[in-house]
Amino acid sequence: MSKYLVQRLVLSVPTVLGLTILIFFLLRTVIPIDAVDFAFASAEASDPKREQELREEFGLTGPLPVQYVRWLGRILSGDFGSSFFTGKSVTSELLHRIPTSVELGVGALTLSLFIAVPLGLMSAAKQDSLPDYAARGSAILFYAVPGFWVATLVLVFGSLWFNWAPPIKYRPLWEDPIANLRQVALPMLILGLSPIGTQIRLVRTQVLEVLRQDYVRTARAKGLGTREVYFRHVLRNSMLPIVTVVGLQLPGVVAGTVIFEQIFVLPGVGRYLLDSVQRLDLYVIMATNLFFGFLLVFANIVVDVSYAFIDPRIRLTSR
Amino acid sequence: MASSRAPEVAVGQAPAFGRARSARRYARATWRLIRRKPLGMAGLLILLVVAFGALFAPVIAPYSYDQTRFTSRLLSPSWSHPFGTDNLGRDTFTRILYGARVSLGISAGAVVLAKSIATVIAITSGFYGGWLDKLGQRLVDIWIALPTLIILVTLIGMIGSSPGSLVAIIALANAPGSSRVIRSVVVSVREEPYVEAGRAIGANDARLMFRYILPNIAHIVIYSSTVTLGSVILIVASLGFLGYGVPPPHPDLGGMLSGDGLTFMRRQPWLAVWPGVTITLVVFAFNVFGDALRDLLDPRLRGS
Repeated sequence: MSKYLVQRLVLSVPTVLGLTILIFFLLRTVIPIDAVDFAFASAEASDPKREQELREEFGLTGPLPVQYVRWLGRILSGDFGSSFFTGKSVTSELLHRIPTSVELGVGALTLSLFIAVPLGLMSAAKQDSLPDYAARGSAILFYAVPGFWVATLVLVFGSLWFNWAPPIKYRPLWEDPIANLRQVALPMLILGLSPIGTQIRLVRTQVLEVLRQDYVRTARAKGLGTREVYFRHVLRNSMLPIVTVVGLQLPGVVAGTVIFEQIFVLPGVGRYLLDSVQRLDLYVIMATNLFFGFLLVFANIVVDVSYAFIDPRIRLTSR
Repeated sequence: MASSRAPEVAVGQAPAFGRARSARRYARATWRLIRRKPLGMAGLLILLVVAFGALFAPVIAPYSYDQTRFTSRLLSPSWSHPFGTDNLGRDTFTRILYGARVSLGISAGAVVLAKSIATVIAITSGFYGGWLDKLGQRLVDIWIALPTLIILVTLIGMIGSSPGSLVAIIALANAPGSSRVIRSVVVSVREEPYVEAGRAIGANDARLMFRYILPNIAHIVIYSSTVTLGSVILIVASLGFLGYGVPPPHPDLGGMLSGDGLTFMRRQPWLAVWPGVTITLVVFAFNVFGDALRDLLDPRLRGS
């Protein structure tokens, strides 16, 4: 098991390295205006000498490959540079914001699974009945309704009918858990709506597949009740693709956290990215992009490893 | 295109028995299609209506999309303003029509560009295989490790949003992921006997790729385009919502819902309803139609 994990980690090194190259050179070359000029034009440096000093301070002198190597070296030691505008360390700001985003994303995915798995199971168990059609129809609807629209409706009608508005001041989970949960529960729930559609459909097809297997017939034949058959035999064997789909949905949920942090004024990584993009705050943009990229690479490793955990056959064949 | 082709898919090549008879055949084929795929055909109908409205917006729209009238601000729906008006007195129905036009135009452009790039990458990479394919796949791995919306917000935020930049950047962000799906089909088609037969009669690589393989992966490209269109429309709307849509005064379905309008939406809630309903309907329609298309074009994939 640990051998598999190590193997998987080693394989992800080129991807992670590739990500740093992609992000650095994409942001430093493809952008038509010089992000650095822009930043310094709006900062205090109008005289060339001061600008040169600032460029050196931020490590923006010399040819691009040299800058890249310097930047990579600092990242490896945990230093993501500092903001052009506030001068604050990007690393400490990121560390401060990551828990908020992770809480939102993980909470949304968990909530969606709690809704989708029972619905998918029911849909498959009562195949081609009215509940099945209802679940399948609503699955597509869940996917099609944009989360930010639901959020807008909640904000508009919440204030019209209940005189409710989201709190402005954010309370972290470790400071005031109850206030934090009251604040985050609604965005979590709405963000969790769009993954539900795909999950229902996937659980349904998967359960139908498993129901056709011989061991299900055996389980029934030896006299197990419906409940036992479903929970002990069917559900467990349908879990593998659900793990995959959760992995596949992560990019969508991550994107969702960006939007929902903006709507509900939560100080997460997504808000950090949006704010910095507007000001062309180079190191912040690079660091947040890297963060999201790393997150997905890491999530894929977790998915692969949990595969091996759920299904021993994968572990054995990969040797 | 889809509307005129759909019946053919169901009946195959109908022999011409005179005009009246073939018309009846088509009517019957259409009816059978509606019975077999009611949801998919409902999706097609929605798409046709929206596409018609978007295409002929300048003719249908009762007002101009940037015509402001301060005497008729924030009105509720009425006969003269079917969807009401916004905070500048602009007709919401007109703005939705133009918004759909802009959103569909950008999304369609981006998807066509993305799928073209993806198909070229997929065919060359899948056909030649070897180190080229391995290298290409590693690059795709790296590119899709970045969530689409993140890289879009970054690039569009830095470059600036115009219809052109939106189309180009969305296509760029989508192409690598799309190429992966198409490549997997190319790899299996490459081994088919008819490709070998083509090679045996002396077809060169280019001919093999574009006359033998391309026609046999076209159905995947078409089906995946409809589904991708649905998700790209959502992405365009999300970008608009975050303030990276087409610049004002052009209407943007996502932008119409964004934070700036919130105070006005509280005074005129209909403003919060129409853009969302439109986006939802279109995305829903693309998905159910895409599913039906997949079943009809490739029965092997049915139900997957």
